[in-house]
Amino acid sequence: MGLGADPKLAMVALNRFGLGARPGDLAAAAGDPRGYVKSEAAMAAIAELQSPDLLATKANLQLLFAEQEERRRQREMAPPPAATGAAPAVAPMMAQAPRLNGDSTSMIGAPPSPANPAAAGAMANPTLGPDGKPKPPAPSIEQKTYRAEILERLKKQVAVPAGFIERLVGFWSNHFAVSVTKGQFVRMAAGSFEREAIRPHVLGSFSAMLKAVEQHPAMLFYLDNQQSMGPDSQAGRNRSKGLNENLAREILELHTLGVGSGYSQADVTNLARIITGWTFAGREGRLGEPGTFAFFANAHEPGSQTLLNRTYAQPGVQQGEAELADLARHPATATHISSKLVRHFVADDPPAEIVARLAKVFRDTDGDLQATSLALVDQDAAWTAPLSKIRTPYEFLIASARAQGRAPEDAGPVLGALNALGMGLWQPPGPNGFVDSVAAWASPEGMKVRLDIAAQMAQRMKDLGNPLSMLDTVAGAASSDETRQAIARAESRQQALALLFMSPEFQRR
Amino acid sequence: MALFCQTPSLSRRAVLMNGGALYAAAFVPKIAAAADGRDPRLVVIILRGALDGLAAVGPFGDPDYASLHGELALSPVGEHPGFSLDGFFVLNPAMPNFARLYTSGQAAVVHACATGYRERSHFDGQDVLESGYPGPGRVDSGWLNRAIAVLPRGERIGLHGGLGVGASMPLVMRGPAPVLGWASQSLPTASDDLASRVLDLYVHLDPTLARALREGLETDKMADREGVTGDLAKPRGGMDQPAGMRQAAMGAAKLIAAADGPRLAAMAFDGWDTHANEGGAVGQLALRLSGLDGAFEALESGLGSRWKDSVVVAITEFGRTAKINGTIGTDHGTATVAFLAGGAVKGGRVIADWPGLKPAQLFEGRDLMPTHDLRAVLKGLLADQFGLSNAVLSDWIFPDSAAIAPLRGLIA
Repeated sequence: MGLGADPKLAMVALNRFGLGARPGDLAAAAGDPRGYVKSEAAMAAIAELQSPDLLATKANLQLLFAEQEERRRQREMAPPPAATGAAPAVAPMMAQAPRLNGDSTSMIGAPPSPANPAAAGAMANPTLGPDGKPKPPAPSIEQKTYRAEILERLKKQVAVPAGFIERLVGFWSNHFAVSVTKGQFVRMAAGSFEREAIRPHVLGSFSAMLKAVEQHPAMLFYLDNQQSMGPDSQAGRNRSKGLNENLAREILELHTLGVGSGYSQADVTNLARIITGWTFAGREGRLGEPGTFAFFANAHEPGSQTLLNRTYAQPGVQQGEAELADLARHPATATHISSKLVRHFVADDPPAEIVARLAKVFRDTDGDLQATSLALVDQDAAWTAPLSKIRTPYEFLIASARAQGRAPEDAGPVLGALNALGMGLWQPPGPNGFVDSVAAWASPEGMKVRLDIAAQMAQRMKDLGNPLSMLDTVAGAASSDETRQAIARAESRQQALALLFMSPEFQRR
Repeated sequence: MALFCQTPSLSRRAVLMNGGALYAAAFVPKIAAAADGRDPRLVVIILRGALDGLAAVGPFGDPDYASLHGELALSPVGEHPGFSLDGFFVLNPAMPNFARLYTSGQAAVVHACATGYRERSHFDGQDVLESGYPGPGRVDSGWLNRAIAVLPRGERIGLHGGLGVGASMPLVMRGPAPVLGWASQSLPTASDDLASRVLDLYVHLDPTLARALREGLETDKMADREGVTGDLAKPRGGMDQPAGMRQAAMGAAKLIAAADGPRLAAMAFDGWDTHANEGGAVGQLALRLSGLDGAFEALESGLGSRWKDSVVVAITEFGRTAKINGTIGTDHGTATVAFLAGGAVKGGRVIADWPGLKPAQLFEGRDLMPTHDLRAVLKGLLADQFGLSNAVLSDWIFPDSAAIAPLRGLIA
């Protein structure tokens, strides 16, 4: 192993590679920190997230379709509004139009008024129970689903030993980002997208993940592919509709090869042609079971297409599947994925030798993500590099829950804190996901809000215990004298805990 | 302790700081000696996602416009008439405030402009737009921050350098010069005592975090003092919603209007990536434009008497296809518009060297051809507003841009 018996390595195992230490984790990792991280990959069902409270995408979307239909029926029964104008033309598009009025349930947009206590009120007034407030309107189906998904995710992430596999889930979810601000549809399916398209493959094949992602209704909807039609297809000609390049471009730029890797505008357009017809079955189920991937042959651009100097003559959906398989195998994809992995786990400027090693494993194993991820853990340099990254807001909140050894019972406070910190779950600013850099998260505003949230968390903790033992839990022998002293001299236990949450030992990874 | 990376960005910053200081010494900006009593402000609004310039300011006088842009095309007549700007260009009807400012000579449009970036990735495009470098790959600092770094300290530029609005600092404002961050927030504030203890810990262990937290705390204090509290501080909506845009602008205006506040601010509005169902005079693009329009108004009213010396510029990474796509939207393109507003702007005009929209006149047969380099516009603003020299603009703020002359006369 060649790392020696440095007591700090247990903290590296849990902070750099994992989600932070729970009581006892540092001791468990101390004997063989690397083995501790790697052993997680061998645990049964480690990457799965199952709960009786969570439904499959198709069931979620069928619920949504039913509710949209019900709303439509109610609108039709209601007397027509006095003023007409653009509204009737726009309204039918609302369900699918991206962010026309935003998402009324979007937490980031919700003022902390009594009408929406979930947004910030729960965070701002932790002492106020539901009894003390005016009754909020019943949450929408997509909001209920979103919260249930988050709560189960939080529980799982507090329960796992190191959290390495969950960090990988977070990494891939951000790589294949969808955003709930697109509207009800994505909010309803973002959680099941991660469970169905990401989790089954984080220790499997990149190629399989890529296919699962690009054929998932959440991604097809988020990047508008369900609207794209071959200009020379039957449906395209009948409706005079045509291509939408959005998904095709992001497949090349973000999901596989990476920007600047040599593809052209013509490649983007041709890929858009290749994946015309990739959509999902709607409420009426004309294309298949509602809420599942469907290939709409009538919208598919006929004929063979050329991409990166290769010709794809396959019929129908196979054309795109063959193309995705080639993109997954492309050397540029191996390098792109490897640098992002190393940037995420090790440093903003990823050390070239670690990237090269991972890219080689990725290529040699045909994109085996377990082999690639474990190759990162096998690199000594990944253990000895300074802890220069800062936890993302999400990682910060999970780590604080783990330090307390207690999973949140309600998603509300976590959601409020995440939104305040600019990292709403499954809510990145764009399809490139959240920025993975220290500067993005250690901004003046970001650190100020982190401080406010650390103070809130400390105030809310019921069982405060001894703050110095919590320091031993999260940093052990790796804690600095300065932090230990600052905690020991705090004026109250709450202040001591807030200091602990803000300490470099807790923030850096 | 060795495990914590103490100063990776600090050392890089130190290098940049030295570079800035050298430039400051070599090219003392004119403003240092100016005695005209002006106290200029500059606000930069980044429109992330690539604004469709042809649906924001439509060239209705171009014979090919209406057919290419289809149902997204604007017109000064019809059901949703836009504001005719000069008989050739029409402003989206969602922007009445900008139209009013234009009429009173306090707003201008630059059309068919683009950065030097000619690919179509949002993220690289934004990096180029905000970093000020000729190509992608440089994300260590932004041009606005580097401009601040060479401006003389003191009351003119304020004690605090620049202001970044939003939960994360826009790249254009990141870099060697000190910056403040502000975002609407409704969390209870941690006590001063806790804050100073955490800061003290960082000073000993982690200078990078110390710097960030110190600046965050300072802004918070200033926001309190300037009354950016209570209702104004509560989040009203995301930065892709009109209420959120307006609120960000109002908060920024209050902070930069303060006598000792920053003089330069940056914020980013999202949601301009209109691939499907874009809408022209009405719809999702118009909704966002109404937010931008509200931001101009909020800046005008929030800056009060400072408005007369102020410039607000709204820019985007690139434009969108001239022809609408198969889903009544537009895909990534090249040239687009930049909006200028402010009491200092020599307005009432559309600055354009119109390239035309015939197939052979389009860039790569699909996009509006750029005829103005956006850097010329920004260099012109910095030159006129802050007296920065051509040399410092071309080497330090927009590196390798000596061939692109500042567009002068944008300021009245």
